Amino acid sequence: MNLLEGRGIGKRFGGVQALSDVSFSIAEGEVFGLIGPNGAGKTTLFNVLTGIYPPDKGGFAFNGRALDGLKAHQVAVAGIARTFQNIRLFANLSSIENVMIGRHARTRAGVWGAILRTRRTLEEEDGIERRALELLDFVGIRARANAPAGSLPYGDQRRLEIARALAIEPKLLALDEPAAGMNATERVALGKLIQAIRASGVTVLLIEHDVRLVMNVCDRVLVLDYGEKIAEGRPAEVQSDARVIEAYLGRPRAA
Amino acid sequence: MKHPWAVRIGVVLIAVTLAILPFALAQVGTAWVRITNYAVLYILLALGLNIVVGFAGLLDLGYIAFYAVGAYTYALLASPQFGLHLPFWIILPIGAAVAAFFGVVLGAPTLKLRGDYLAIVTLGFGEIIRIILNNLSRPVNITNGPQGIGGIDPFRVGEFSLASPQEMFGLDVSGPIKYYYLLLAVLIAVILVNLRLQNSRIGRAWEAIREDEIAARASGINTTNIKLLAFAMGATFGGVAGGMFSAIQSFISPESFVLVESVMVLSMVVLGGMGNIWGVVLGALLLSFVPEILRWTVEPAQMALFGRMLIEPEVIRMLLFGLALVLVMLFRPAGLLPSAVRQRELTARGQGELTERST
Repeated sequence: MNLLEGRGIGKRFGGVQALSDVSFSIAEGEVFGLIGPNGAGKTTLFNVLTGIYPPDKGGFAFNGRALDGLKAHQVAVAGIARTFQNIRLFANLSSIENVMIGRHARTRAGVWGAILRTRRTLEEEDGIERRALELLDFVGIRARANAPAGSLPYGDQRRLEIARALAIEPKLLALDEPAAGMNATERVALGKLIQAIRASGVTVLLIEHDVRLVMNVCDRVLVLDYGEKIAEGRPAEVQSDARVIEAYLGRPRAA
Repeated sequence: MKHPWAVRIGVVLIAVTLAILPFALAQVGTAWVRITNYAVLYILLALGLNIVVGFAGLLDLGYIAFYAVGAYTYALLASPQFGLHLPFWIILPIGAAVAAFFGVVLGAPTLKLRGDYLAIVTLGFGEIIRIILNNLSRPVNITNGPQGIGGIDPFRVGEFSLASPQEMFGLDVSGPIKYYYLLLAVLIAVILVNLRLQNSRIGRAWEAIREDEIAARASGINTTNIKLLAFAMGATFGGVAGGMFSAIQSFISPESFVLVESVMVLSMVVLGGMGNIWGVVLGALLLSFVPEILRWTVEPAQMALFGRMLIEPEVIRMLLFGLALVLVMLFRPAGLLPSAVRQRELTARGQGELTERST
């Protein structure tokens, strides 16, 4: 069954057609790669998907339900969590607080619960903390639970952002260039983490420039260029596609 | 708890001090008990504003408007103005609710604004409320305009009035002393509520929108509701404080709710330490008491030194106030008792993170 279906997505910023008529679908349990040269529209597609901008044309259906008109937090609640290309952590809060904030949508305590500290609120708080620690453990930074997020090394900040996103209990985790700025060892570890996320039952949408990572972890790949879909398929097929090669390397001179 | 005994002894000492304080002050002069009461009202206001500014990071320059709304709600429902004399335990919740409503009314149009822009809109809101109160005497006289409303009922339960002096347990208990204990009880409750809110799901959501609104939304936080909640909660505390102000003063007029008052309360929050409840309490205490101490010392000191008054106490007050703010911003930019998180924020901004974030 398709978990996410995008139909004819179009988005224009002034004179720039950032996305035109992009359609694709992601099956449940897949790791789906989104690649393309700089400025191809990958992050725009992410932002349209996660409700940061409305699309001009087309729309998404997620888990059988249209996402049209949903705001960013509603998309998150619906089950699509994301990370950001330029890490957006709550940098001055501790790592564990960052993940605890991710539990917001899945917990209920309101003002009265907080003021009266009812048993339900206290139990909920315990649960939030326990889950946050589990997630920090899962991404491998539990030892830094009380460190301010902004003080973590770059790679750990990326992991923390993933933990925060997983705290929403998403069905689909959308990662925007998670390997950017990582060294080779960190990239290998990230690949393993993505596999573990998939194994836990979460579908992954991955924007990535690192070809080796994409080839290793992705089941299928969508290639964008100048806002248009130029290829879709298994990584090996896409790699040998003439239009993809052209988009990345340019047209051969002989012609 | 690292030092359970030291902490316990400290708490007992503070409690005893607070309990006997008004009687000690009354020895110096009843005026000092009144000054203390107003200081507690300012602490309540500063704590309310701290929710909006310190927790949620929304700069509000018109906060005193909620104080005004609470004060006028009380005055209109318990004074000869309309001949209504409802008991305080009914009016205070009404005042809090009306103030919360105005908090949402102010919050709703400003949801997309931040920083300077938000400050200007809230400043305008504060002025609008004051001007409305000033002019709502015609064509139908509601607020009695600039003349204000007098003869406001004190807090009263049956025959027991908080305004009149009385002999209790062999002690002469004056009106201000009674109000002191009421205010102290309310203050303790408000501090407790603030501490609990701060360490809760809602408190974390406020922190999240203060730190990064887009990331907060992506984390599933309905930023609209959470911001409105901050405005409403802050306004509620302002409304309660306003109602008590009305009852204690027994007379209110729009003059008590001018812009300078908003600036004063904001200064208490900033000076003491935005986001840190104890810092805010300290800031409010300092800015309430130091001017009064000056008032009582500047004149005799100048008379003794120069034989005449060279500088009015009011001038010295503003001079010192400005100097204090400049010094705090230079040497302790996160306040006298900063919250750990806010301190990190301000140092990080010093290193140019703000520019990165605003792109």
